[in-house]
Amino acid sequence: MSEPTALRISDDLLRPLLRTSWRFYVLVAFLGSIVLMGLGSWFYQMYRGFGITGINNPVYWAFYITNFVFWIGISHAGTLISAILRLANAGWRRPVTRCAEVITVFALMIGALFPIIHLGRPWLFFWLIPYPNHRGIWPNFRSPLVWDFFAITTYLVGSLLFLFLPMIPDFALVRDKSTGLRRKIYGALALGWRGTTKQWNRLETAMQIMAIAIIPVAVSVHTIVSFDFSMAPVPMWHSTVFGPYFVAGAIFSGIAGLIVAMATLRKFLHLEDYLHPVHFQNLGKLLLLMSLLWTYFVFAERLTIWYGNEPSEMAVFWVTQRGSFAPLFWTMVICNFVLPFPILAIKKLRTIGGCVVASSGVLVGMWLERFLIVVPSLGHKYLPYSWGVYSPRPVEIMITISTFAAMTLLYVLFAKFVPIISIWELKAGGHPSPALIPPATAEHALGEAYP
Amino acid sequence: MKAVYALYPDGASAQRAVDGLRAAGVAERDITVISAMPMEDYEFSHKDKATWIWWIASGGGLVGLCLGTWLPWMTETAWPLQTGNMPIVSWWTNLIVMFELTMLGGILATVITLLVTARLPGRGPELYDPEVTDEKILVGVKNPREGSVPEIERALLSSPAARLKTIGTP
Repeated sequence: MSEPTALRISDDLLRPLLRTSWRFYVLVAFLGSIVLMGLGSWFYQMYRGFGITGINNPVYWAFYITNFVFWIGISHAGTLISAILRLANAGWRRPVTRCAEVITVFALMIGALFPIIHLGRPWLFFWLIPYPNHRGIWPNFRSPLVWDFFAITTYLVGSLLFLFLPMIPDFALVRDKSTGLRRKIYGALALGWRGTTKQWNRLETAMQIMAIAIIPVAVSVHTIVSFDFSMAPVPMWHSTVFGPYFVAGAIFSGIAGLIVAMATLRKFLHLEDYLHPVHFQNLGKLLLLMSLLWTYFVFAERLTIWYGNEPSEMAVFWVTQRGSFAPLFWTMVICNFVLPFPILAIKKLRTIGGCVVASSGVLVGMWLERFLIVVPSLGHKYLPYSWGVYSPRPVEIMITISTFAAMTLLYVLFAKFVPIISIWELKAGGHPSPALIPPATAEHALGEAYP
Repeated sequence: MKAVYALYPDGASAQRAVDGLRAAGVAERDITVISAMPMEDYEFSHKDKATWIWWIASGGGLVGLCLGTWLPWMTETAWPLQTGNMPIVSWWTNLIVMFELTMLGGILATVITLLVTARLPGRGPELYDPEVTDEKILVGVKNPREGSVPEIERALLSSPAARLKTIGTP
């Protein structure tokens, strides 16, 4: 495999932008039709009311809030990982960062949509926003739902800018390589970027500040999402461990999402020269670490509840351990620990395929984990006469499926219109050829290994 | 706009050109270097490095903190809810909003400073050559002084690989 030169890097990474295959249109049409079905389901729900969903007393939070927590968790893949690797100056981050940052932005957008879908009258969502209004009513700043608004808004704005700023030099590159309308559009997006020493210095300083600022924001976002639950006196919710437990779970599912996205891009955009096995190996190790951390949190939480033997909590505990939710609980344990642990711990199995299998399992497991946090507790509150069951209805299932299609569609469209790997960062760091990639024990020196 | 510049295939020859321009008496602020990537291994990339952006970001964070303190405080006192003898202004919960707006202020101040100091979006005609995207490094002087052009051209051609170009007739 030859080492890509700077010119070849530009050609390879601009190819998807400048040439379009028929398969792209088929994929967009397929995903778009699923998204349209999801939108149709949402309008149907608005028209018919919430009665057509499975949401009913006492389970008022179900699939939609599960999806909200899940997608906000997936959003931790990008900006957080990218920021940490950027600050650590990890040489291997360069082809990974943009793939990751895009996931954050789209997952946040989709996640933030779910509280609105969950509203009976979504057109009044702006009532959540603090602004002086004729009703003289202001949001209650003591409510975790208002904290969500501030945290998600800050994270979304920060992540969008964190994604956009390093794209400016690449937009300038596309501007110079294209003609006609495309040149005009990318010219506008490039904001007149030229690449003077001053511009490079300012951009790199700004990215450093953004990286420092975005890490605590990312941690706060999922901590605050966990507060939606832990601030409520509901069995198995009112727990101090929920903040770090949710953050760990979010990073866990985020890395899994990133690995699946990177493997797909590598395959379909022929990025084998840029996304090397060592990238998957390193992310696989991070995934293994998060799997162990997640298992530790689950064990610590479950042991404390079991030891406390408080009746209302034990009701939820047993219904998930050996009751009606047990199949989901044990599937979650298998997907999040039993399956990924050997695959990621044994070096021979930690291949690209192995990482994708483990990550796919983790994505399923983490969605189930979110569901198991939301539904069993609401169905088994303190007084047994108020217990209830929940089963999802077609409209909820369709909307859920369509958000996965929407995420894929947005990602495909992004990869079509923007270089999915930061070209200038790749060139600046030097691109390690597979021959120069050191063994897994010395990958921290990757950046330096390249002459 | 008038300009005289040359394109170089690598950082070393661009560095020689920058040194040559300095030796020819061209002021540091008049030398323009443009590249398709940051060239941190070369001395010329470190000019214009000094910046107030860290301080401005901190200032933005401070403004955000003030807003994040004022907004919940004002809301809680202007619309006092029944809190069962708990304090009306709830600082523990307000800390979350204060933190988020502090970070948002810092982030926005950073981006605005970047746009202003890097002159983005670009205003007016600027020295540029699209060949920069083909890995060439541009070193040049915009609007050179009368009579200084021959000396600038000599300095730019100090490297044999240089390709001299002009904009207008300087």
